[in-house]
Amino acid sequence: MSTDVTGERLSLVKTAPAAPASPAARRERTRRRLGPGRPIPYGRALGPVLLLAIWSGGSATGLIDARNLSAPWTVVATAGDLIADGRLQTNVWTSAELAVSGLAYGVAAGLVLALIAGLSRLGEGVIDGPVQIKRGIPTLALIPLLILWFGIGESMKVITIALSAFVPVYIHTHNGLRTIDARYVELAETLGLSRPRFLLHIVLPGALPGFLLGMRFAVTAAWLALAVVEQVNATSGIGYMTGLARTYGQTDIIIVGLVVYGLLGLLSDGLVRLVERKVLSWRRTLAD
Amino acid sequence: MATHAGGLTATAREASAAVRIEGLVRAFGTRTVLDGLDLTLRPGEFVAMLGRSGSGKSTLLRALAGLDHETGGEGELSAPDHVSVVFQDARLLPWKRVLANVTLGLTGTDAGERARTALDEVGLAGREDAWPVELSGGEQQRVSLARSLVREPELLLADEPFGALDALTRGRMHTLLARLYERHRPAVLLVTHDVDEAIALADRVVVLDGGRIAADLAVELPAPRRHGTPEYAALRTRLLARLGVDGPDHL
Repeated sequence: MSTDVTGERLSLVKTAPAAPASPAARRERTRRRLGPGRPIPYGRALGPVLLLAIWSGGSATGLIDARNLSAPWTVVATAGDLIADGRLQTNVWTSAELAVSGLAYGVAAGLVLALIAGLSRLGEGVIDGPVQIKRGIPTLALIPLLILWFGIGESMKVITIALSAFVPVYIHTHNGLRTIDARYVELAETLGLSRPRFLLHIVLPGALPGFLLGMRFAVTAAWLALAVVEQVNATSGIGYMTGLARTYGQTDIIIVGLVVYGLLGLLSDGLVRLVERKVLSWRRTLAD
Repeated sequence: MATHAGGLTATAREASAAVRIEGLVRAFGTRTVLDGLDLTLRPGEFVAMLGRSGSGKSTLLRALAGLDHETGGEGELSAPDHVSVVFQDARLLPWKRVLANVTLGLTGTDAGERARTALDEVGLAGREDAWPVELSGGEQQRVSLARSLVREPELLLADEPFGALDALTRGRMHTLLARLYERHRPAVLLVTHDVDEAIALADRVVVLDGGRIAADLAVELPAPRRHGTPEYAALRTRLLARLGVDGPDHL
């Protein structure tokens, strides 16, 4: 049956018995779709919006006790007050400073050790084993020991965050270095590249995707460690603010603190991804 | 003259040879791949090497390129200092743009200019700033040729460089390689499994079998070398016979 169905034919089909039309109709029907289907506009916002709606509804009807969870509008108002009197900014700044300095030390250490371990057999033998052992021990479990060694001051906190951030940077950079295609090494040999040029043009760019992946994990790990060490002997910071709020039963301030942690986490991850997009523009992956 | 690994002594016995190999033995464990191979290339000579897979073509090429660090062997091998290799895959660094791939390892202030000229020669002028992933397979292999030739090698080693390309592109690459060879005149050792490619391009065709050169035939056909001529067919049949293929119909 042809597909150019004219008006005449249509009327013909309409009046004709159903039997001859049905095979054609069956053929025109498309196969059942097995994939998830077309994306819904703003589909990713659906879940969060739903949660927010349940929260609002629960608070408005009194199903959610304000002592357990403050209403969304109370949280927004509290955030406004905290910003107005400058407390939120001071606390966020203290936390960010701590996280960034810990992250910086951790990333630097992870990168340097990964390069040493990745580029020399001796370095690998000396460094890789201890790092793998460290990887098995949760950094947060080291806090009692770190407190005994470094006290409860800033240095203990920076070291804890650095230790958390260092492992993923080391693991992924080292992996990136180890998995550089042997064909490129062969190419460098045939082109007569010197060792410094080989490092600069082949090893470092080849390990960059691994390093940036490690950075994403490191950023998350740094915020996690921050949230824990901030509970120890703090006089300022998001953790101090929420800890104090717990003492007075101010769930609204605790929620503000959690939202700030979430925003900082998302923001820093987005930043690393932006750098990744810029630096790795030579890659054409499915994600693009 | 360069000395290559494996306890070999490289001596320039004869200045008129670009490559001189005597009694070359290469073994992987107990399996001997090259078994007392002798081969000489004159400067500027284009030699194609045929052989069944596993006959040791790539092993010989790697020995000449100085890439066989861990392989056991003996014999004498001398190759020029300036050797370029064209691999079967274009082997461009994906994180470097086309021009940077060609200048890789070049020194001197005119490196960029020389690379541009080389890219122009392979018909890729204007693509200097492209990423390798943006190029077709044939274009990538042309960049690889430009990278090899910009170094003005005395010896060009090519390991089935067009094996991964479609037939039409391969034909164009043959023409390009022939033109570049005429202009730069390096000694060329082209490893291939394609008898027609060997006849179309080379001055001499050698067949590798059992770890030695089993046949060494000069190609004395007038250019352009066309399929239809009886001389072409005769040479083709002889080479195929040496490769263990009985006749053209056998393919």
